[in-house]
Amino acid sequence: MFRFLLIPFLLFPLLTFAVELRGTGDLGVVIERATGSILIIETTHKKIISKVEGLGDLSHASVVFSRDERFAYVFGRDGGLTKVDILESKIVNRIMQSGNSIGGAISQDGKIIAVSNYTPGGVKLFDSETLEQLAEIPAIYGEQNQTSKTVGLVDAPNQKFVTSVFEANEIWLIDAKESKNPKVQKFKNVGKLPYDALISNEGRYYIAGLFGEDGLALLDLWYPEQGVQKIVSTLKKEDEKLPIFKMPHLEGFGVAGDYIFVPAVGRHEILVIDKKTWQEIKRIPVSGQPIFIRVRPDQRQMWVNFALPNNEKVQVLDIETLQIIKTLEVGKAVLHLEFTPRGEEIWLSVRDENKLVVYNTETLLETATLPADKPSGIFLTVRAHYIGL
Amino acid sequence: MKIYCLIGLLLSILTIANAISPNREIELKNFLEQDCGSCHGMTLQGGLGTPLTPQALLDKSNDYLKTIILYGKPTTAMPAWKSLLTEQEVDFIIQMLRQGK
Ligand code: HEC
Repeated sequence: MFRFLLIPFLLFPLLTFAVELRGTGDLGVVIERATGSILIIETTHKKIISKVEGLGDLSHASVVFSRDERFAYVFGRDGGLTKVDILESKIVNRIMQSGNSIGGAISQDGKIIAVSNYTPGGVKLFDSETLEQLAEIPAIYGEQNQTSKTVGLVDAPNQKFVTSVFEANEIWLIDAKESKNPKVQKFKNVGKLPYDALISNEGRYYIAGLFGEDGLALLDLWYPEQGVQKIVSTLKKEDEKLPIFKMPHLEGFGVAGDYIFVPAVGRHEILVIDKKTWQEIKRIPVSGQPIFIRVRPDQRQMWVNFALPNNEKVQVLDIETLQIIKTLEVGKAVLHLEFTPRGEEIWLSVRDENKLVVYNTETLLETATLPADKPSGIFLTVRAHYIGL
Repeated sequence: MKIYCLIGLLLSILTIANAISPNREIELKNFLEQDCGSCHGMTLQGGLGTPLTPQALLDKSNDYLKTIILYGKPTTAMPAWKSLLTEQEVDFIIQMLRQGK
């Protein structure tokens, strides 16, 4: 009895030294691409909490969060998969799972991490707790068993993942209910070179952008038996394509009500697609090749950044009128943008000026600047609870 | 022999350096790492684009590299950089690629 009473007293000094109790809902991770480090940020007081180092080549990195929002899984370019405890600011596990990877996803139940790889191309599944490998799905296609890169990997309802197979012109639907023995359904000839994809917020539509031809490939996950359908190819042949200095991204963040906003490939335009008819409603001319299109959580505005040579600008558009409200000169090489959970502010990374900039989304004025070493992706923990993020 | 090669290399670097300002050189180095790196990997080990390490480019001539960088490779994701980089700047980038920086 006495002993039990003693325990709290013994623990007390430990607790006072340990981290102050706190939640993680206003935290996030910023990739510092040149130094293989990440910053842990806090958006309520707009501050940098800590820096975690030793994550390898992060030149094209992305992050998903465990559903308790405590752990960040960072996918590095060099095939590294790192699990970071963001409360304690430390790496808890790290594996080299391939030679070259592009991104990843977390399963509906939070138990599986899927990684999309370039070399050797394919998808691997890992236990989210231990990072132990569960399964490997090589991206082999065609009669000569060629290998392909995989891109546009997202999670989907019913413990599934969907990925696009770049050189194979295929979309694969992966059922991971048996995580050590996933079933793969392959959709062939979906269009030339699917380069990235998004899943709509409710988890129903998987849409891949095509690099090798005009249009998008659509898979309705409620009715996969209907196959992949080609949408939007109303381009006139005489429209000349501009060089694309950076690959655009497709994201669930580009959906607002019945509208889906996607970057036009090789054109300085945003395509507006109607989800009810899958017709293109409008092309909005903008300042450059769009890279990320972000809809504010209240779906009234969207913010867009651009590829070279227009990557110092960000444009803000009104979704009701589909008009540009403002063009902001943010700084050299704006790589990424992320809204706070309810969208009163947006965080931007300005790579070549080594800083993060925060804007108020109502006044469109800058409210803070924080130092960061060649920052790229910004990922807030709110992503933990969205399908496809 | 080795020494002559080195001197040759140094001379060629110097002549290029003469044409491009030191500031622009720093910009170009950053450009290669970051902007070429967005497809080829920051360490140029490859990504969506093929590896651009000295070994990977061993059997490719400077002319070939220059043409690809200036005019791109149609039907692939490799864009034409001629609107952003001058010929001299491309020569400098090839020089950096050869040295593995
Ligand atoms: C938008 C993506 C992208 C960017 C940015 C990019 N490249 Fe490429 N590059 C590619 C792709 C894809 C290939 C491979 C083409 C093929 O399939 O043969 C390639 C091929 C090349 C090759 C030919 C390599 C060989 O072995 O034949 C060179 C040289 C090259 N790139 C240099 C550069 C340089 C220098 C830059 C920056 C100024 C750059 N690239 C930026 C996508 C890109």
